[in-house]
Amino acid sequence: MADLVSHPDETKVVSSRFGKGATNIDRYIELDGYKAVRKALEMTPDAIINEVKTSSLRGRGGAGFPTGMKWSFVPKESAKPKYVLVNGDESEPGTCKDRLILEHDPHAVIEGVIIAGLAVGAQKGYIYIRGEYRYLLTIMQKAIDDAYAKGFLGDNIFDTGKKFDCYWHTGAGAYEVGEESALMESLEGKRGIPRIRPPFPAVVGLWGGPTVINNVETLASVPHIMLMGGQKFADFGPPKNGGTRLFCLSGHVNKPGVYELPLGYPMEKLIYGVGGGISNGKKLKAVVPGGSSTYLLTADEAVKMNLDFDSFAKTGGFLGSGGVVVLDEDTCMVKFALRVMKFYQHESCGWCIPCREGTDWLKKTLTRFHSGGGVKKDIDNINYLAQNMLGRTFCPLGDAAAIPTISIVQKWRQEFEDHLEGKPCPYEHKGIPAPAFA
Amino acid sequence: MFSEQLSKKFDKMVTNYPTKRSALVPMLLFAQDEVGYLSDEVITDLAKRVDLTELEVKNVISYYSMLHTKLMGKYHVQVCTNISCMLRGGEELLDHCKSKLGIGHKQTQPDGLFSLEEVECIGACSWAPAVQVNYDFHENLTPAKMDKVLDQYAKKAKQ
Repeated sequence: MADLVSHPDETKVVSSRFGKGATNIDRYIELDGYKAVRKALEMTPDAIINEVKTSSLRGRGGAGFPTGMKWSFVPKESAKPKYVLVNGDESEPGTCKDRLILEHDPHAVIEGVIIAGLAVGAQKGYIYIRGEYRYLLTIMQKAIDDAYAKGFLGDNIFDTGKKFDCYWHTGAGAYEVGEESALMESLEGKRGIPRIRPPFPAVVGLWGGPTVINNVETLASVPHIMLMGGQKFADFGPPKNGGTRLFCLSGHVNKPGVYELPLGYPMEKLIYGVGGGISNGKKLKAVVPGGSSTYLLTADEAVKMNLDFDSFAKTGGFLGSGGVVVLDEDTCMVKFALRVMKFYQHESCGWCIPCREGTDWLKKTLTRFHSGGGVKKDIDNINYLAQNMLGRTFCPLGDAAAIPTISIVQKWRQEFEDHLEGKPCPYEHKGIPAPAFA
Repeated sequence: MFSEQLSKKFDKMVTNYPTKRSALVPMLLFAQDEVGYLSDEVITDLAKRVDLTELEVKNVISYYSMLHTKLMGKYHVQVCTNISCMLRGGEELLDHCKSKLGIGHKQTQPDGLFSLEEVECIGACSWAPAVQVNYDFHENLTPAKMDKVLDQYAKKAKQ
């Protein structure tokens, strides 16, 4: 389906089986598949968690929480069954990596789920895939069936007497469900309204049982960590930012695509080297570093950044989901802010007032601005409204809407002023890049 | 109400979870695929299968953007205009579809062949601009390529 790309700078770990027919279970086994779980079966749960801690693997969904630590929060004893839940509700604008993993390497996800289950003492795993990715359900269904047929799933996995069941599940179109508590609500057959925390899912999660929730890429990394050893995986990236990551390059670049690069890779090389530079020979204006809910970077800021969690945290930003969106010099930032807000307004569930009202008012204000009807005090109002959404909602959707807006209105204030007094948008985009793949 | 195959699938699905209603969202989607939309009859049937009231089922339906309570076109054209697609011509593609199909956002052609919807990110950002027709992805599009895609579906409908 989706086109694969390659670049010499890539370190292919999670993507090592892409395009190699690994959806076939025998082929997957040939490519070192299901070796990691056999190794894990001979280890104690603590040893598995320690290996993941050593790897310094951090959540690939966007938050970057240390995976080993997350697993260690699950209580050892529990009256209720424990669960592993895979978050494949990939919906963050700019992000399209989990789709490739599920399409090319579904068994790696299943293997990661079993290992996570062994680590926390869960006997059931659910793989939640967003509704739009229907063709991936067929792939996942076959992968699960094949794993059962080989005795890798079921009542006696790998003849060890241990039990593990794995199921697929599908959403039906909702961005917010990518947030972990809303994800659980959705899996339980309800509206995806977030839950208040604490209690955290590791203690009270699915159907009240302790639940580990990890992104698809996070769990697909786990078998590689078990096989190569946590230290080797950690050494790919800078300290505390272990491993590689799938970066989804999109927007105004010559070679968009999903590239697997070590964490800490320079953004400048990603855009100008791997990505082949800005399309149509234009100049860089801005970069969305990791999905639409991260602070946007100006061209000057972007070329100085390294792509790891801590480099971004130091500047008060977020590395996010791996969705790097590149904007050229002709892009209207007011229009961009409006499109982002239109999205969050559409996706807000309406549960928390700051998010429901904030996104709606911001959309209205930005619409007015872009069509030339803005007044000067609105520029400060946009910032004020967005600032007041931060941290005031159950789930991070409110923050996700506020963060890009704040960075755009602060860093590109001049563009808002250029739209004042009924002026038509001065940044009308000329020359849409031709499709990158024939 | 449903084909025997789908009915069997539902019977199995409700056993995959500790509570029956957990299977509701996938069931709604599969029922919609078979029947065309979530009619009152479908809602009543599914409510019984998962031990919920019809109101509770409707409450869930209204949350998810892919679930429809009205009949859409045989081919539901979903054009993404979110950031990555917008930067590479997603909005122009949507306008093109509007004029080519003669319908607007969330509208259906009188003969029921095509319906159109502007959708949020569908996870094809690196292959933008992208469109989904029913569940099939069409990527790296231009208005000219879009015409070919639409013509193929129109042809398929006649066969």
